[in-house]
Amino acid sequence: MSAVQTSVRRATGHALFWPTTALVVLLVACSVASPGFLDVSVRDGALVGQPVDLLRNSVTPLLLALGMCLVIATGGIDLSVGAVMAISLAVSLTYLDGAADASDPATVVTAVVLGLVLGLAVGAFNGMLVTLLGVQPFIATMILMVAGRGIAMLITEGQITTVTSPPFKALGAGSLLGLPQAVVIGAVVFVVVALVVRRTALGMLLESIGVNRESARLSGVRARSTTWTVYVLAGVLAALAGIVYGAPTMAADANNIGLFFELNAIVVVVLGGTKLDGGRFYLSGLVVGALLLTTIERAVIIFQLPSTTTNLFKAAVLIAICIAASPRARSWVQRRRSTRPEPAPSSAPAKDPSAKELTA
Amino acid sequence: MSTSTTETRADRPATDRPVVQMSGITIDFPGVRALDGVSLRLFPGEVHALMGENGAGKSTLIKALTGVYAIDAGQVLVDGGEVAFAGPSDAQRAGISTVYQEVNLCANLSVAENVMLGHEVRRGPFVDWRATRRRAAEHLARLNLHLDPRSPLESHTIAVQQLVAIARAMVVDAKVLILDEPTSSLDRAEVAELFRVVRQLRDSGVAVLFVSHFMDQVYAISDRMTVLRNGRLVEERLTRDLPRRELISLMIGRSGEELAGVEETARAAIGLHDAGAQPLVSARGLGRQGSVEPFDLDVHRGEILGFAGLLGSGRTEAARLLCGADRPDSGQLDVDGAATRLATPLQALQRGIAYSTEDRKKEGIVGDLTVRENIALALQARRGAWRPVPAKELDAVVDRYMVALNINPKNPNALIRNLSGGNQQKVLLARWLATDPRLLILDEPTRGIDVGAKAEIQRLVVELAQAGMAVLFISSEMDEVLRLSQRVVVMRDRVKVAELVNDETVTTDTVMATIAADPAADPAADPAADPAAPADEPRKGGAA
Repeated sequence: MSAVQTSVRRATGHALFWPTTALVVLLVACSVASPGFLDVSVRDGALVGQPVDLLRNSVTPLLLALGMCLVIATGGIDLSVGAVMAISLAVSLTYLDGAADASDPATVVTAVVLGLVLGLAVGAFNGMLVTLLGVQPFIATMILMVAGRGIAMLITEGQITTVTSPPFKALGAGSLLGLPQAVVIGAVVFVVVALVVRRTALGMLLESIGVNRESARLSGVRARSTTWTVYVLAGVLAALAGIVYGAPTMAADANNIGLFFELNAIVVVVLGGTKLDGGRFYLSGLVVGALLLTTIERAVIIFQLPSTTTNLFKAAVLIAICIAASPRARSWVQRRRSTRPEPAPSSAPAKDPSAKELTA
Repeated sequence: MSTSTTETRADRPATDRPVVQMSGITIDFPGVRALDGVSLRLFPGEVHALMGENGAGKSTLIKALTGVYAIDAGQVLVDGGEVAFAGPSDAQRAGISTVYQEVNLCANLSVAENVMLGHEVRRGPFVDWRATRRRAAEHLARLNLHLDPRSPLESHTIAVQQLVAIARAMVVDAKVLILDEPTSSLDRAEVAELFRVVRQLRDSGVAVLFVSHFMDQVYAISDRMTVLRNGRLVEERLTRDLPRRELISLMIGRSGEELAGVEETARAAIGLHDAGAQPLVSARGLGRQGSVEPFDLDVHRGEILGFAGLLGSGRTEAARLLCGADRPDSGQLDVDGAATRLATPLQALQRGIAYSTEDRKKEGIVGDLTVRENIALALQARRGAWRPVPAKELDAVVDRYMVALNINPKNPNALIRNLSGGNQQKVLLARWLATDPRLLILDEPTRGIDVGAKAEIQRLVVELAQAGMAVLFISSEMDEVLRLSQRVVVMRDRVKVAELVNDETVTTDTVMATIAADPAADPAADPAADPAAPADEPRKGGAA
């Protein structure tokens, strides 16, 4: 087998091969359907263009998926992140609404901090249900997924709170160093969290908890507090995502902000190659996943598909990628390509080779 | 042909053709060659034992024969014709049936349903249950098993379930029956019953492939042996021509004398602790409701303290109170003479107490992590998440223990779930040794692992104690406990019943007598109290 073939095989075997391929194909298709799609220009010292929009729109799913990924690594799930977005935005905007000068930087900082603290509190509540009381994560976080929007409604008193605060708006719509401020925030947070997780031992301990909680506990891992920590982190990241997402419109629509975003976050985690049953997780895959998801949503508009088929298109693309990236399909492709000197004596059952045991 | 049930049947005409002939079988797993040009011949009317250490390739070879794994190179002939099985069902159609270590039947279905599953007698689209039960009863009767086919399988003992599994395997008129560790959860009488059935099948012309770690059983039942080591064929020989010592040295690739030597040194090498010395760990009235009655215990530096007793006698439960795995609800625990509450395993670890579990799969390994990460886990957990062990330091630790414990494969980045049981056990030992404990609690460290790894672990325990570590050694194998420990604690029915100083007067028999010394019960009538019985599964009822 030549070196080229080997590297092709390795690439196609990689978990991110199909998501990345789909992303590139979609981008190319978009630029065919709409010439100039990939153009980026400078206006008022900031980069503008469709690719920049894609980056900015990817920030929200990326932040959500980042927290979701760590929670999933411990064998849990957090369904409340979409509702947390609504709560944090409601708190921030309501505070700004009541403030004397909504454009005062100190007021804006307080508003943002308040939103994040609310996210932290929600995360702590989720973590308590899961770790102290042993409620199944799916149910524990579903409580706030349902009740969270009610809380946000209470905060906004049932109104869609709108305020005018240029510094707050800039969080989502402004630009910094030529890039959208949201992208800068997303990139910094992602890099910081990724470094903390992978440069300390936190990542390995999270994985050990997700793979075998009892083994981890008996080995001295603080399974409970570590798990709690990631639910808190997921809450804070969701709160931040809510602020970044809602800042451009400055309207706290408790019913619709972040609706079904928890599902988007889960999709991004899975596209990134992390399994839902916990254990090994891959943060770099989240970037590809978030970009892909955003690009699909944009492609619907570029292709001018009727709005009735939007969800169908999105689902079809996601299902196709997930099938292509599934272990069975991957090993099937690998076997089709394998160039053994003589064909294997049997058409092997489709099994992931890594699932073979070496026991005897 | 002779139908005697005791003598083996190795005499056969040279013209006899093997029913199965595997040759040059090679199987590669990612990063490791599991089988390398292995051959195997199975003759009709013969019991063939497949021998080798953990990781030698026995299971892989069986899975190659039954079509579970695809073969990378080599040839399988059945009745002289080449075959290529795509899965176990193909193999079964060709007359090769397998009975696995864990009974893989449906416990809540009836005996008849289990025997006939997939072969029910049909009348049109419906199952004729009456005829199905009758056929099941016939199959059972062929093995001299007279059970009510309607009774639920779970109402029978594990041994009977095992026999039902064999009956099920024979429904397809198997020419080859593979028994993979069938006796590991049976007591002596049950093993005898199993062997009766195996001999009967053998005499009817079935080729039996038998895999077991129990030397006595292998010699009692087999006519021919194939020995594997590190995925290669070492030798095929008639059992009567292969003395035990030689078999062991073929399996481990070292001389048997070397092994025997280690085991005798232990008792001599370590003296009793000084009478006045302060114990490292001292328990007074330590107990937990429903798990173990309050007990007193002193563990001293540099001693090996043995824990004897049947499975479920409270050995593990007592150990778990000493290491923070469970919280005691009565009594006091002193470490270094100071009263200590161990609420979590982490707190025990911080005080130098490490516990290696008896349940390797559920409580020991972290399957999807690498060997390196598994070794690092306890060390890292003690430092906390925020202070990672420096990579260089960790490399040194991992390197050191992989060499010292002879962990195979020698790849620290292999996933631990891909290792054999014995090697997983060594990785777990490395995990605890890396934390440099003062008290190491080993719960069944040698269960289900082969003779070579067993001797290595025993030797290690002696060395550790000589270096000043306190070792609490729990094992179901009485002679192993007696060989290693200076004192022996005996448990029965969740109560500590005795503490013996292990001198010449203490033998397996005296310990057994202590375990069974319940005036209400006759120890001879309780098969569970059989000292030679392999005990891999907790038995109902525990001690007499």
